[in-house]
Amino acid sequence: MATVNPARRDFLLHIGGAAGAAWITAQWPGMLAAAQHAHAAASANPPAAFEVLSPEQAIEIEAISSLIIPTDELPGAREAGVVYFIDRALKTFAAEAKPVYEHGLADLNRMAGEMFPGIVRFSAATPEQQEKVFTKLEESQSRHSSGRRMASMLNADFPEMIRFHALAGFLADPEGGGNRDYAGWKVIGRDPAHSFSPPFGFYDKDYPGWQPASAETESK
Amino acid sequence: MTQAKVTYQPSDEVDFVIIGSGAAGGVLAKELSTNGFRVVVLEQGPYLTEADFTHDEIEIFTKHRLTNDPKRQPTTFRQTEQEKAVQQPSLLYGRCVGGSSVHFTANFWRFHEIDFIERSKVGEIPGTGFADWPITYADLEPYYTKVEWEVGVSGLAGASPFDPPRSKPYPMPPLPVKSSGVLFERAARKLGYHPFPAPMAILSQPRAGRSACVNCGFCLGFGCEVGAKSSSLASVIRMAERTGRCEIRPNCYVHRIETGKNGRATGAVYFDAQRNAHLQKAKAVIVCANGAETPRLLLLSASNAFPNGLANSSGLVGKYLMPNTGAIAYGVFDEPLNDYKGYAVSRIFHDFYELDAKKLGFYGGGGLDARFDLTPVGFAMSALPPGTPRWGKEFKKALQQNFTRTMEIFCHATSLPVATNSFSLDPDVKDAWGLPALRMTFKDHPNDLKMVSWMADRAMEILDAAGAKTKWHPPITEQRFAVHLLGTCRMGNDAKSSVINPDHRTHDVPNLFLCDGSSLVTSGRGQPTMTIEALAYRAADRITALAKRGEIAGQANHAT
Repeated sequence: MATVNPARRDFLLHIGGAAGAAWITAQWPGMLAAAQHAHAAASANPPAAFEVLSPEQAIEIEAISSLIIPTDELPGAREAGVVYFIDRALKTFAAEAKPVYEHGLADLNRMAGEMFPGIVRFSAATPEQQEKVFTKLEESQSRHSSGRRMASMLNADFPEMIRFHALAGFLADPEGGGNRDYAGWKVIGRDPAHSFSPPFGFYDKDYPGWQPASAETESK
Repeated sequence: MTQAKVTYQPSDEVDFVIIGSGAAGGVLAKELSTNGFRVVVLEQGPYLTEADFTHDEIEIFTKHRLTNDPKRQPTTFRQTEQEKAVQQPSLLYGRCVGGSSVHFTANFWRFHEIDFIERSKVGEIPGTGFADWPITYADLEPYYTKVEWEVGVSGLAGASPFDPPRSKPYPMPPLPVKSSGVLFERAARKLGYHPFPAPMAILSQPRAGRSACVNCGFCLGFGCEVGAKSSSLASVIRMAERTGRCEIRPNCYVHRIETGKNGRATGAVYFDAQRNAHLQKAKAVIVCANGAETPRLLLLSASNAFPNGLANSSGLVGKYLMPNTGAIAYGVFDEPLNDYKGYAVSRIFHDFYELDAKKLGFYGGGGLDARFDLTPVGFAMSALPPGTPRWGKEFKKALQQNFTRTMEIFCHATSLPVATNSFSLDPDVKDAWGLPALRMTFKDHPNDLKMVSWMADRAMEILDAAGAKTKWHPPITEQRFAVHLLGTCRMGNDAKSSVINPDHRTHDVPNLFLCDGSSLVTSGRGQPTMTIEALAYRAADRITALAKRGEIAGQANHAT
């Protein structure tokens, strides 16, 4: 897929005069290094074909990840290529989770059929039905971790695991093979540039510089 | 002038073998090699450089690229000595050249005068080994200054009325303020506190051939791609190598300190990357392996002469673990802060550094900082307001609304030294090399939990005064995971109640020194790295003086 890497583009814009010459001089070695990393990220192409998932499994995983991060006026898991990220994850850092996925998908298809007779696969259910099935699956599992440590995901159950992998494929740096065209970062508002200069946000843009507390403030 | 990198043979008896290349090991390597000694640093992790670092949080966090790997290095946990420990990840430390200073937040407060003399001032606290340090703030002050100028710290001297005295200003101005810092500063002032620009071990200006911070936003947890974060890797390790007398040897897992018939250390035994064992001979051994691995190594080095572990006549090796106490409060604001840009912390205050124990009913104190240290995935996993759906349209909308509008206030606080809180060898679980795993035994002193709850309440008041439209803090719970690994081979004058003396020399083995978080007698208020580095600079001076006086086995011959 041919894409212009926005990080690279922003970097070039900076050089073109968006930032002051003095700032560029001071930051140059760092910006150069950042640009090299941006280039590496842009070269990380998504895989052409699934390596671990069967086409059937891929369809179910795309349905579940689209339930977790749906597509609306902004991109969702589908546009970010989350299913490709998960395929790669199951070959690399999450290879041990393959049985969790296999059992989880089987459970989900079975529950879809039990809850909505005639439905044989989760992906064949309507969006409303899918929500009900996935909610029931989540409720049937006990372990929820909301910690910051991703290492703790090692023992997660299927709904927690696929939620983590969907978020990772949606929001991690594209260098890892997900977040295609920075789809996830568009949603959360993260500028893909690799270097920034102040002001950063709304509340620091009119900051006058640090001053010691005034006598008036002190008296309060 | 840059010299060719030196390499030694394990059979070469070098002056010092240093185990660990992190905050303390890096400083000691630089100082001792600069002072003319031949030094080998054995680092269990790989030698990564700026070109190896990445913003890919999945790569970093799930593959443990920079830190200990709970699969190959399992750990166990229990709350009390009566329980059987269960296998679970219980600690985190840097496992690469530069150690934890590669991935840390880079908050760089000095300890204050009170931290060293607090036992005398506060009195005994039941159930603890609360003690004064054998050294004072004044002893360390020159070395704090040395860290700031040599390793590289940005900050503003005199900006906090609670700051301890200093002999020199910071070498660089503070980093640019973030929106979280402005909101925090205004709100804290409104409430009568004294916020100031956070001292950070990150370059605000180019210095010593290193780039200034480019505000990429991938800081906590990541290696700095531009060398602006003042890790040991970016600073002292390279200075050590430039002396031509120091070899940094990565992928070397030290599992035993060998001792001779005279009870002196003869070197360090390690597995190389191919798991072949070698003995690196040395006239003296300095262990800087962190507050978990240092005591573990001493315990693994038990022998007939030292049946309870090396340098453990006091029985205190591994005890008095103090991980610091902490709490986080989150606030969401109307307008974008874009706090994902830049380093983590731009404003802090120390008004609570020394709380009135009599008035509040608990000992302790700490500091509060305004920060955003979350990666995009980390944010989605852990930082949405309670009650937000875990998936679906509303979940996505919350991500969209909150990522740029959220900030955190982090409360950093004291931990009391309790003897039963410890690292020891697990009797059953082994690591991938067949060595006993680390077992952590830990239960917070009730005082510490009271104090940090009180601080979390103050953080909520600040978010309120700042105008947060939503604010919350996760419940304060007992800790089962440690990142600050402090106090486990404490310093003292009495061989019965401490492991090392004020020169960092073990009381039991005259040519064995320990310097890292394990040396601390009290926990400070969080942010231990600055003090660990200052201790390392001071230790290097003390050890150099001993060696030059011929008090460590004839090293005077080699000093130039």
